[in-house]
Amino acid sequence: MLYRRQARRYNTYKRKKTMLNPHPGLPEFTYVKLASLDEACGFLVEHAGEARLISGGTDLLVRMRDKAFKPAYVVDIKGLEGTDVLAFDPSSGLKIGAAVPMNRVVAHPDVQKHYPLLAQAAKSVASYQLRNRATIVGNICNASPAGDTLGACLLLGGRLNIYGKDGERFEDLVTFFKGPGKTSLQPGEIVTSINFPLPEKGATGTYLKLGRNKLSDLAIVGVTVYGFPDKMTESGFRIKVALASVAATPLMPPVVETVLSENEITEDTIQEAANASMDACFPIDDVRGSARYRKEMVRNLTRNAITEVWGQLQSRTENGLEANR
Amino acid sequence: MISYHQITLKVNGETEVVNVPANMTLLVMLREEMGLTGVKNGCAAGECGACTVLMNGEPVNSCMVLAAECDGAEVITVEGLSHNGQLIKLQEMLIAKGGVQCGFCTPGMLISAFALLKRNPDPSENEIREALVGNLCRCTGYVRIIDAVKASVEK
Repeated sequence: MLYRRQARRYNTYKRKKTMLNPHPGLPEFTYVKLASLDEACGFLVEHAGEARLISGGTDLLVRMRDKAFKPAYVVDIKGLEGTDVLAFDPSSGLKIGAAVPMNRVVAHPDVQKHYPLLAQAAKSVASYQLRNRATIVGNICNASPAGDTLGACLLLGGRLNIYGKDGERFEDLVTFFKGPGKTSLQPGEIVTSINFPLPEKGATGTYLKLGRNKLSDLAIVGVTVYGFPDKMTESGFRIKVALASVAATPLMPPVVETVLSENEITEDTIQEAANASMDACFPIDDVRGSARYRKEMVRNLTRNAITEVWGQLQSRTENGLEANR
Repeated sequence: MISYHQITLKVNGETEVVNVPANMTLLVMLREEMGLTGVKNGCAAGECGACTVLMNGEPVNSCMVLAAECDGAEVITVEGLSHNGQLIKLQEMLIAKGGVQCGFCTPGMLISAFALLKRNPDPSENEIREALVGNLCRCTGYVRIIDAVKASVEK
């Protein structure tokens, strides 16, 4: 009797084990590591449509496991020339190679000093151990509208260094995104690095992100604000906003910038700008949040972010004035 | 078509040469080729941190690393933290403070905390929380684990 019951239990266990496979392995593919950018580029041209680049793999491997991507070849770009560079030049700006993990960017003293917004945005991505693999260029090339670092890269004037079969070209990040997962990259082209010009004098910024938890989640809505003193405007400041997760591509509504540069900045103007950014976005309903909720959160987060940046800008100019006296 | 790669890597101080298929992750290699089952397979999507190992001194989610990418790397798993059965202080404190319940998250927690203490020997509570953000635990409510990390620094 006892034996039979045990046998039945074991059989159920065996059946369940075959039925439920929570961790399907990765599908089959060929892993390719090449010696130079030229070879990698040639390989991509030859196998257009069936090869994918891997840098950190934190997005690619998940999508491959979910069978969203089924590449026959996975081409590793780590170790290709120029992808490991992380350098700041006081005359030309910052250069971040495609294989530089986010933690290296966050920990770099020049990034912390001159591009704190970028460090803050990179630090908001997932967890420490994931950021040891994830890269900023990878985040950009995935072109997810929810990408945490995209807003900061856009507002800081990021420019991609792209290597193709006709040699190198540069493209401004503003024109790079074409839709979710779609970029202006042509077959065979590889983004080798992203370059940032020197930040504006007295610039400051912040990234506010709404996730299911305080840290480490994907953004339901993300708002990046970047501002600097600008004598050409009525208000004396230029404040720009980038929105994540609320459209097919990262959004930079110019109307917000206009409102904040053409009027004196007060609580009312900030509210007006926040309303404008809410009207400018067109989110979708999905598992993380409804479109309506997202719109309202865009308004609230934009208001909070602009208020924060505005406060920083004001205290800086006051300190600056005192220093001048 | 699947490719196979011969890789040489150091695991817990010993040099190993293995032949791995392209679609094998570091996690599967450690567990199934080397029998290091201290590395746990939780979500297999880089969320839970149960598979955290040290790769070249930095913690990574081993489910998010292809074994073929690890040629020449140095990997340390939870089995490599203790020496000759002698637990490190962090492990002893985790036991003493009740930070181990079902134990599934423990190897990943230990590696993340170990890496934190290596780069920051005197972390604040917030820094501990930030470092352990990528390690999910469903039993302890985290408080005891954080206490254990704090206690291992104090004494």
